[in-house]
Amino acid sequence: MHATQTGSSRNRPRNSYGRFWRILIHLALLGLSLAFLLPLLLVVAGSVSDEQLVIAHGYRFIPEKFSLFAFDFVLKDPGPIISGYRVTTTVTVVGTLISLFIMALMAYALSRREFRFRHLISFIVYFTMLFSGGLIPYYILMVRVLDLKDTMWALILPGLVTPFYVLILRSYFDGLPQELLDAARIDGASEWRIFFSIALPLSTPVLVTIGMLTVISYWNDWFNALLFIDTPRLHPLQLLLYRLMQNLAFLTQNMKNLPPGTRLPPIPTSTIRMTLAVLGTVPPVIVFLFLQKYFVGGLTIGALKGGGDE
Amino acid sequence: MTSIAQSGTIRSKAPVANGKPRRNWQRIRRGINQNMPFFLMTLPALAHVILFRYVTLPYILIAFERYRIQDGIFRSKWVGLYNFSFLFGLSEKGWQMTRNVLGYNLTFIVIGTVSSVAVAVLLAEVFKSVWARYYQTLMFIPQFLSWVIIAYIGLAFLHKDTGFVNQFLIQLEQKPVDWYNSPKFWPFILLIAYMWKNLGAAAVIYLAGILRINPEYYEAASIDGANRWQQIRYITLPRLQPLIIILTLLSIGQIFNADFGMFYQFPRYYANLTLIPVLEVIETYVYRAIGGGGGVGSGGGANLEMAAAAGLYQSVVNFVLVVLANWFVRRIDPDRALF
Repeated sequence: MHATQTGSSRNRPRNSYGRFWRILIHLALLGLSLAFLLPLLLVVAGSVSDEQLVIAHGYRFIPEKFSLFAFDFVLKDPGPIISGYRVTTTVTVVGTLISLFIMALMAYALSRREFRFRHLISFIVYFTMLFSGGLIPYYILMVRVLDLKDTMWALILPGLVTPFYVLILRSYFDGLPQELLDAARIDGASEWRIFFSIALPLSTPVLVTIGMLTVISYWNDWFNALLFIDTPRLHPLQLLLYRLMQNLAFLTQNMKNLPPGTRLPPIPTSTIRMTLAVLGTVPPVIVFLFLQKYFVGGLTIGALKGGGDE
Repeated sequence: MTSIAQSGTIRSKAPVANGKPRRNWQRIRRGINQNMPFFLMTLPALAHVILFRYVTLPYILIAFERYRIQDGIFRSKWVGLYNFSFLFGLSEKGWQMTRNVLGYNLTFIVIGTVSSVAVAVLLAEVFKSVWARYYQTLMFIPQFLSWVIIAYIGLAFLHKDTGFVNQFLIQLEQKPVDWYNSPKFWPFILLIAYMWKNLGAAAVIYLAGILRINPEYYEAASIDGANRWQQIRYITLPRLQPLIIILTLLSIGQIFNADFGMFYQFPRYYANLTLIPVLEVIETYVYRAIGGGGGVGSGGGANLEMAAAAGLYQSVVNFVLVVLANWFVRRIDPDRALF
């Protein structure tokens, strides 16, 4: 394995450049990354703005008048939101754990040269990256054949295996030292034992990377819910946000603590929308910010497959 | 469980005295024992793949039939390519969807690749500074947002009364625009949204590729007197080429697929039917055909078999395109091809 110098000073001889260009590049990148940040700021600002002023003057990056009313409204009876979080979190955690496990198992088996059916099964799996049956067969499978409409499994099951990730995992396992695994086998360890005790612990970086990608994918998935979920109780967060986008009354219809016949103050639609967006976004962003150093590192390993250099 | 010690003994290889071909049976058994753990390991994932990707295939036949639920697949009447006729440009809708999907995706691929490579090069230049981490992270965040959330963000900007853009225009004494009902702006809006969401991740992938380039190339080049720009042109870009080609080929393999979220959620398709001419792609069309779009007049004149035909059309075209593109690349430089 060649030395992968990630950004050490040997990489970039700093001679013929001058400060001017460096500063220019920094400015460009700074501007770019701020431009990326701005839309989020607008939303956050909107969520803490006064409704009337927003209706009059629109969303501003700095609220004309600060107001926590929207948050108060939503969090006073957070029933639907909490339910959305509950569903999404469950689906994400369960889904990611199962997914990582079965994909890593397969990738490990496919990386072992002694496995006779390795090429056959690899082909079966990778070939599916090039085509798919389309939405109709998928829908029929889930609803008619498997009868999963309105169940949590409908949200978990489809996303369990992504051939591309299997490929990345397998590449990684290929890189593990064969001698180590062979030595274990000679010592009498079973393949399962080798997997759990040796291969798995050694593959933390790639598992974290694929894990993060899977988490994002599950967390953000609203399409499966859109197709298969009708009961409000089973709405994942993203689907809930979608319904609320169409019709904010969906929120009040499902709040539990309101005595019947309560007349609510008019819903501050514009600011509530922003509040919902914030509530739907903040957790994954925070998780990412904490884990990002593993993530970026892991992606470089994933990039090992293509564009490799000698 | 068979161990090496047991399977390697001379006993299992010795010919048998009673004439029966025990050798083969022993070998088969050993093969099974050796491969069984691996096979079992692949089983869950394999079952999943077979279920979702292969078992679904027979239902493709619906595309060729006049499907009636009570008849099922095998008894509905066969109509050949009739259901496809609306797709092959013999109808305005088919042409519209094809034009949209190809137009958008080609634009995304070209502009996306160019810009993310450019950003990656810039990032590589400043990689050792502390700022680099911030740039990367900030640009990466939109990846984590679903299109539902981004739809809310879009609303914050583009709402005709409260949206920031219109308020800004009013400040500049311009007339505000009803964005959600003006189709002609949306190709640009979608491009910006696409870039915002995807640039970060793509740039990081290319950045990883750049960082793997052997630094000795650069040292040699600077000794020879090359300036930064020359170094980028003659070292970085060519060395990045395989990665660019692979990612582009993979994108081409999806070129007929549209990100349903981007076309349905972000522009609030369900609420703004005037945008359909610039938004309609196969995914949205099929979705409405199966009765989705709650509240809005669903169906759009399509039915189950046309939707199935559309899906199959997508898969076939994607497949053909990727094989063609791969063949093309293989002719230029065999090492760079996908397969």
